[in-house]
Amino acid sequence: MSAAATLQHHFTTAEQQADASKIGMWLFLVTEILLFGGLFVGFAIMQSLHREAFLEAHHHLDRVLGFVNTVVLLTSSYTMVMAVHSARTDRRKRVIVYLLLTLICAGVFLGIKYTEYSHKFHEGLLPGRFYSHKGDTVPGQFMFFSFYFMMTGLHGLHILGGMAAIAWVLRRAVRGDFSHGYYTPVDLVGLYWHLVDLIWIYLFPLLYLIK
Amino acid sequence: MDAHQTAAATYAKVLGTLLALTVITVLAAGLNFGSWNVVIALGIATIKASLVALFFMHLRHDKPMSAIIFVTGAAVLGVFLTICTIDSSERDEYRVRPARESISVQPAPSVPGRHP
Repeated sequence: MSAAATLQHHFTTAEQQADASKIGMWLFLVTEILLFGGLFVGFAIMQSLHREAFLEAHHHLDRVLGFVNTVVLLTSSYTMVMAVHSARTDRRKRVIVYLLLTLICAGVFLGIKYTEYSHKFHEGLLPGRFYSHKGDTVPGQFMFFSFYFMMTGLHGLHILGGMAAIAWVLRRAVRGDFSHGYYTPVDLVGLYWHLVDLIWIYLFPLLYLIK
Repeated sequence: MDAHQTAAATYAKVLGTLLALTVITVLAAGLNFGSWNVVIALGIATIKASLVALFFMHLRHDKPMSAIIFVTGAAVLGVFLTICTIDSSERDEYRVRPARESISVQPAPSVPGRHP
């Protein structure tokens, strides 16, 4: 599709259209930051009030798996930005390959998350009144798992949403919709994917590495 | 074409830096810096987040509007976090109790004059 074919009638130029889309995307990303922000603030307050319980509870998390997932997600951010870069430079095959690699990384991330979750379900390390882990020496650990499941769960849903968006962009890339004159969808899905990565950058040390 | 290759090389370098910083975060968490541990962890996270925003999200070369929106949002979150933290640390009814009591929800201690 050429740039002229994708220009909507209410825009003067393709550049203006791309800028408008980008501003909309950034506004959406800010609402996402504030959505997670509420959880981060709640976590900060509860953690400062119940330091011992949070410290004890976080030992149930597997640091190695958390670290591997961080590496996987950072790598997926790189493959995503390379997909955007390839679209901008008219290399269609590379766009497809990099988008596929990003999808694979997202799948690996969710796979690891699944093993972590099933381990916790098995041990009864669940939020609120569902917490049934035996032999705790420090009470109140259910609070940590309320935050853990809420924050990583919401983040996981964002990964799923991101995968759907990447699959959609991938389909359009295969169809040949993008060129250096029009690659806004790849660009915007990229922005979203980096934000999901950015949130994990804070989640990993806060949940897995607290002292 | 050269400029494009430079861009691709830059992305690879940024990824390398991000991975190195992740290793440093994990190593730093193994050492005991007392209350500085959380400051170090969040400081490194913020450096990583800045790298992602500047390079992967193109804020470095983008028009200023994107950065204005992003920084405003982050600043609002900063205000939210700071004021909530100060508030909860200054309130009597939220004072840290011994861990044993921390799970039981207790009514706030009655303070003379609070409930007329």
